[in-house]
Amino acid sequence: MVIGTQPQEADVRAALAEVPDPEIPVLSVIDLGIVHRVEVRPDAIGVAILPTFVGCPALDVIRSSIAAHLGAKFGRPVNVETTFEVPWASERISPAGRVALRQAGIAPPSAPEDVRCPFCASAEVVMDSAFGPTQCRSLFYCRGCRQPFEALKSV
Amino acid sequence: MNGAAAPAVVGLDELLLSMADDEFVIGFSDSEWTGIAPLLEEDVAMSSLSQDELGHAAALYALLAEIKDTDADVLAYDREPADYRHARLLDHGRGDWAMTIARRYLYETADATRLEALVDGSWSPLAELVDKIRREERYHLMHIGTWLERLAGTRGASRDRLLAALETLGPDAGTVFTPLDGEPSLIESGVLARSMADSERAWRDSLAPVFQRLDLPIPPPTVDPARGRTAHGNDFRWLWGEFTSVRGADPGATW
Repeated sequence: MVIGTQPQEADVRAALAEVPDPEIPVLSVIDLGIVHRVEVRPDAIGVAILPTFVGCPALDVIRSSIAAHLGAKFGRPVNVETTFEVPWASERISPAGRVALRQAGIAPPSAPEDVRCPFCASAEVVMDSAFGPTQCRSLFYCRGCRQPFEALKSV
Repeated sequence: MNGAAAPAVVGLDELLLSMADDEFVIGFSDSEWTGIAPLLEEDVAMSSLSQDELGHAAALYALLAEIKDTDADVLAYDREPADYRHARLLDHGRGDWAMTIARRYLYETADATRLEALVDGSWSPLAELVDKIRREERYHLMHIGTWLERLAGTRGASRDRLLAALETLGPDAGTVFTPLDGEPSLIESGVLARSMADSERAWRDSLAPVFQRLDLPIPPPTVDPARGRTAHGNDFRWLWGEFTSVRGADPGATW
């Protein structure tokens, strides 16, 4: 591997904003708030990520897509580790990420009573089930526009 | 994992193994409802709950694997049935839906009380993981609590089956708090905030008002408490055969 000029941490973070979450590809790993630490060393780049859920099955894919993208961009080895040093929490999703979620038809995380329909913004919604198609999502129904929708769990 | 070196605390391996085995066994056992739960939403919910538990088990086995310098899969799959250390409560098979709800309600509430005593612990890799796990278990408690109320408050088969399940499980309910050999050292080093016996008292105190309100029988004291994590029966041997079958089909394969 040809080692190029050493990038700055900001360059690495900008590159991470191009790596989509595999389960919710409208969000980058930066928007999702799972990037905990970036370390640029002369010989390698280290990234520590926070799992949204302990048993998230997408972690391996996230790790390898980060390593592949940064490796290709900066021409040096990339180590991606997961950590629970701080717990990932819903507030880590960026404002841009919350907008992107709504546009994709997924309500961003909030207390169950504050969930709004991502299609029509109605507050007349009911939770069908706290558990949805992935560990991090719940199922809701909107009485305003009569559409089922998913919401990210608040953790 | 952040790779913090494990302190030389007697009992840490025993604690991690008991917690990991609990989460693994209930997660695997309840995943059998995938495809056949009473409602479609419940099928999804029980599968998701089980996936969470298996994730917790994997993370706990990974911590233990670092201490013992082995591999999490080896710990999860390559032991004989007698070497598993889950609570006897989880030896009971999933049974019917009422049995599954009763078993999980007793386990989730006990587990929540156990986690309370670990979240401020002195060994940060475990305390950090427990902090994260508790945020997920909150949803489990809410969901299973709703089902318990529903079955208890519906006359006829629902309530009858729930009562039968609680009668079967009751004497084993407290086994989640089976004392660990290394408990004094875990408490002295600050990994664990209180003894399992104290946690059990706290759990029984929190369970009593709920069970009284729903007119359900309070679980009696544990039978044969010293063997609460070792005397595994035939239901578990069957489950063990199931969860080791894929790994056993081609030992050493990379999946």
